[in-house]
Amino acid sequence: MSLPEELRAARPAGPRTIGGAAATWLERHAQSLVGSLGRLARQPFATALTIAVIGIALALPAALYLVVANMRTVTADLGDTVQLSVYLRLPTSEAQAKKTVQAIQARVEVDQAVLVSPAEGLAEFRAMSGIGEALEALTENPLPWVVKVRPAAPHDSAAAVETLAVELRKADGVELVEADTAWVRRLHAILDTLRQLVFLAAAVLAAGVLAIVGNTIRLEINGRRAEIEVTKLVGGSNAFVRRPFLYSGLWQGLGGSLLAVALVAIGMAALEPPVARLAAAYGAAFKLTGLQPRELVAIVAGGALLGWLGAWLVCGYHLRRIEPRA
Amino acid sequence: MIRFDRVFKRYPNGREALSELSFELESGEMAFLTGNSGAGKSTVLRLIALLERPTRGTVVVNGRNTGSLRRGAIPAFRRQVGVVFQDHRLLDDRPVYDNVALPLAIAGVPRREMDKRVRAALDQVGLLGRERSFPLELSAGEQQRVGIARAVITKPPVLIADEPTGNLDPDLALEVMNLFHRFNAVGVTVMVATHDVHLLERFRVRRIQIERGRLASGAHVAA
Repeated sequence: MSLPEELRAARPAGPRTIGGAAATWLERHAQSLVGSLGRLARQPFATALTIAVIGIALALPAALYLVVANMRTVTADLGDTVQLSVYLRLPTSEAQAKKTVQAIQARVEVDQAVLVSPAEGLAEFRAMSGIGEALEALTENPLPWVVKVRPAAPHDSAAAVETLAVELRKADGVELVEADTAWVRRLHAILDTLRQLVFLAAAVLAAGVLAIVGNTIRLEINGRRAEIEVTKLVGGSNAFVRRPFLYSGLWQGLGGSLLAVALVAIGMAALEPPVARLAAAYGAAFKLTGLQPRELVAIVAGGALLGWLGAWLVCGYHLRRIEPRA
Repeated sequence: MIRFDRVFKRYPNGREALSELSFELESGEMAFLTGNSGAGKSTVLRLIALLERPTRGTVVVNGRNTGSLRRGAIPAFRRQVGVVFQDHRLLDDRPVYDNVALPLAIAGVPRREMDKRVRAALDQVGLLGRERSFPLELSAGEQQRVGIARAVITKPPVLIADEPTGNLDPDLALEVMNLFHRFNAVGVTVMVATHDVHLLERFRVRRIQIERGRLASGAHVAA
């Protein structure tokens, strides 16, 4: 009996042209890609659990990041430099007030001194405080003349501003000096700390995602031990054996990061109305900012990459250990 | 094609499986590897398939010295050697098609050619039309033939088998052995480890007999 042509002669198997090789390469990857997705879909409960854990782990730093980003938006227009408010004694005439401003402006420590009349102060107060109606009840303006002072460059450290405040307090016609925006500086320092915390949390939780994916892939490798052995037995390289596991990790990371993005979006939607009410109560035009397209892409791509990396780390360790026995 | 030169093999547990074993199998030759259980038949096949490396001496298969082959070159080496196991080592959760196509998938053969060659291989072992069956739905003889189809689908120049008829009744065993004979007839170098006396009598091929890790007879082509 003779063999058909297909089985005759030891011609090396595989594609023969570069174009064919590229097409075959793509086909193999596509098969692994779809195959690993199918395998995940066949274990919906385990897959859902893994994706949920990854999703929560990624949602936490993303949410924290948004909190910090939004707080920065709120405080951005407050400025970063310390300002001094110099309240003049009541009553002070406009001429006296202007003289005092010139005196203050003449000091070397002062960059700029702006005079705010009681009428201007009232208008500003009305616009900002949201208690405009209560102010209507006032028959006369109770506010004093105020000089807003911005310290010049080398004199704007906390200590120098303290000294300047004491100096200004001694000046003629001054009732009270307030370094009223020191808290903004503190807030910004707190926000910087928080931002650092976001990075730390992101790093720790990213390591967590690596561990989660790694563990899942390790279990998958153990479950498919026989298949790996046989594949190596008939000449499968480590890269060939590894590929479906890498894609599996990629899918899990991708699923987890999409879930994280969804969780954050749900959280934002839930917070929107109360934040809007809060902003209205302060008469502010603040609106909650969600994740920007660039940040969305970063989270989703980062999650997928973490999944891939977790699988890669585990594969490197475990697949080498599985050698065929006969 | 297969050359053993004073091969000594000791396993990590201290067992000495082979000592001073030398023989040579020409390209296109077929031989039975015989000997009692524990004589070292499986070790010989493991050395050929590069599942083990010799402790001393050299094993040359397809012109490659297995002792000095880089780790990364092992997969490519194994693709040139078809291996059939007594327990067939099929993947029970995959259909026959996937099992047979596995070596082609590894080699990156396009889907259309894969279909053609899987059908040709299954036709050759008499299992055409069983592509969608799962291994456990097949009889022992059929499973063994799926294993053979998988071993030959990449057209390896060397085909080795470890007790391929061990679990089969005489008729099936004969059928399976006929298959090996046919592959040998088209130029494949074939080595079959067996202790099946009936088969040995039916096929007039060279016998390489080993006893306690040493060559007992068959070092050279029988006159």
